[in-house]
Amino acid sequence: MTSAPPSPAQPHVFEYAPAPESRSIVTIAPSYGLFIDGEFVDGTGEPFATINPATEEVLSEVSAGSAADVDRAVRAARRAFEKTWGPMRPADRGKYLFRIARLLQERAREFAVLESLDNGKPIRESRDVDVPLAAAHFFYYAGWADKLEHVGLGSQPRPLGVAGQVIPWNFPLMMLAWKVAPALAAGNTVVLKPAETTPLTALLFAEICRQADLPAGVVNIVTGAGDTGRAVVEHADVDKVAFTGSTDVGRSIARAVAGTQKKLTLELGGKAANIVFDDAPIDQAVEGIVQGIFFNQGHVCCAGSRLLVQESIHDEVVAALQRRIGTLRVGDPLDKNTDIGAINSAEQLARIRELSDIGEAEGAQRWQPAGELPGRGFWFPPTVFTDVSPAHRIARDEVFGPVLSVLTFRTPDEAVAKANNSTYGLSAGIWSEKGSRILKIANQLRAGVVWANTFNKFDPTSPFGGYKQSGYGREGGRHGLAAYLKGADQ
Amino acid sequence: MIGNDRLAVRKTYKLYVNGTFPRSESGRTYEVSDAKGHFLANAAWASRKDARDAVVAARGAFAKWSAATAYNRGQVLYRVAEVMEGRHAQFCEEVAAGEGLSASKARAAVDAAIDRWVWYAGWTDKLAAVLGGANPVAGPYFDFSTPEPTGVVAVLAPQQSSLLGLVSVLAPVLATGNTAVVVTSKERPLPAVTLGEVLATSDVPGGVVNLLTGDAEELGTWLAEHADVDAIDLTGAPANRAMEFEREAAGTIKRVLRPPAAEPDWTADPGLARMTPFLETKTVWHPIGL
Repeated sequence: MTSAPPSPAQPHVFEYAPAPESRSIVTIAPSYGLFIDGEFVDGTGEPFATINPATEEVLSEVSAGSAADVDRAVRAARRAFEKTWGPMRPADRGKYLFRIARLLQERAREFAVLESLDNGKPIRESRDVDVPLAAAHFFYYAGWADKLEHVGLGSQPRPLGVAGQVIPWNFPLMMLAWKVAPALAAGNTVVLKPAETTPLTALLFAEICRQADLPAGVVNIVTGAGDTGRAVVEHADVDKVAFTGSTDVGRSIARAVAGTQKKLTLELGGKAANIVFDDAPIDQAVEGIVQGIFFNQGHVCCAGSRLLVQESIHDEVVAALQRRIGTLRVGDPLDKNTDIGAINSAEQLARIRELSDIGEAEGAQRWQPAGELPGRGFWFPPTVFTDVSPAHRIARDEVFGPVLSVLTFRTPDEAVAKANNSTYGLSAGIWSEKGSRILKIANQLRAGVVWANTFNKFDPTSPFGGYKQSGYGREGGRHGLAAYLKGADQ
Repeated sequence: MIGNDRLAVRKTYKLYVNGTFPRSESGRTYEVSDAKGHFLANAAWASRKDARDAVVAARGAFAKWSAATAYNRGQVLYRVAEVMEGRHAQFCEEVAAGEGLSASKARAAVDAAIDRWVWYAGWTDKLAAVLGGANPVAGPYFDFSTPEPTGVVAVLAPQQSSLLGLVSVLAPVLATGNTAVVVTSKERPLPAVTLGEVLATSDVPGGVVNLLTGDAEELGTWLAEHADVDAIDLTGAPANRAMEFEREAAGTIKRVLRPPAAEPDWTADPGLARMTPFLETKTVWHPIGL
């Protein structure tokens, strides 16, 4: 039998031998309690299973925190704030955070494997992005703990008290670090609710807190679903709420804290425009487009999900993109050669399918590379829609999956107008070799993070957060710290 | 020279929207009295439609005002102080009548209001350095953050301090490059209308500031839920409605500046607390390489 010659759009893909990362480094308990006041305790809600989305295998049973459990956690956090963490010398608070950063680095492989098992993301990403960035966040904010008078809130900024934090499933450990590190550095204590589909690295983080001898009650982790999160947000003794997730939930949280003195940070959805001008380095841009939308299966609030290509290079870019996507490897998240892992949940997969079907029904052209998907688990191939109009749902709604919508523009003004034509404003990309054009367009984009000739880069020193309905407040940098402090006049 | 028997030409107090002085489209007015209850004027009673027109004007003015150089914005705000100085006596009279202040206290309030414009005028070209900067990321990237205006800000101005309070909430919104839709003090709206006349002759582009005399309780609802308003300052909201306005504002994730428990001492140093709520931080990355 002779195989057909590879077509330009479907080049020959090298066969790779499997290169799985060993999961033996991770020990998952059959069940987990809630981490409250330095101890694991049973929750009083109905326990739930967390599964490996790549195999649908049950990994563990996890406690669901009831309102009473959340209350216990908040009281523990309040005690720790008043008795240990609040009065502690700032330099010592910093040292605890440095310890945590080091412990995360020491156990990095374990966290990476566990993250990929529970979330479905490729080990290459959990190993090279999620876990190192989580450690870096603790290391960065550790250094701030005894320098708060330089944040810009006057000579004696004060912590807010107890922070209630609710994080999503797309970067479980990294989002934990983004929330916990600045809160603790500023002198607050926290009650954190991880996402219900990805609680395991947060529970392993509890063990890190114990190894660091972090005083009891400084970090409390209450697992559960939406009701548990609501109990955290609405608890009367919480002084600060930080949420990352959907704009719909963000709205309900903003409503819930209305009329209170709670400070609020919201990091919500996005529909980022990734703008490619005709003078862009095409090969580099194609890598950036791929990185922008297929990183973490597109489960990224700042994903470059709307590709805006200058009309004159549309066909060239789409052809190059299809060639490149044809070489992406979808499959076992623990395989070191995997580019695209599993969709995090059946629910998310259903949403991606639904929006993709709507895309087709509304007249856009769907393209997916040939190739088999694994039989078990939740999978969706990398997908490109062309002939997309700005009115299409796939050009407006956040898909939160590996689905790229391609639109075109003729002039820079049109690119800016289309890019800003969104209720979101989290991030954007610009590809051009012309410096003055990049700076002009970057100025005009209504988005909190603009990546020029790169995409999806993160750093603890770099403020991250959205304009418009992508939320408010910033995480990272001095700005991220100020969100957990009040000045003398506040 | 004006003789004692001359009959004064009274002013018609109107709204200030998009650089012009319309009456309320509703035709409504309400009676404004001095602190002793004597008739001062019939003020325009702004309607929902007026509020919407004001938002359209503020949105239309945003692109140009936000893109103006910080130096230019600073000069325009300084110009407001200059022109106010020329109307000093008129402001004193209106503030004294509306707030029931002695002549010396009214003068102090007007002085402070003028000086506040000068203070904020000096901030426009310092904010980026104070609130932004280069971020030392761990990689070959140039990464910098700059503050940018949020957009259209609805301001429910203080009910008591009709001029100093008003300037104290309006000037920071403009200094940061936002455009404003302001609901003035309901009982004491006259200094606001005169301020509108100052703004109209101070190189502040039409639509950058829109002043609605009327009822914050009524107009606040519509501004809080308006999808083209990006932020709302609830300082002058009635205490029993502020929470409801904040809930309505959540519908479009508006930035909300909550009302203080009681009207603050407007003579205090303002700090940055009225500017940062109306600023976004934009972070731009670019690779460093050959």
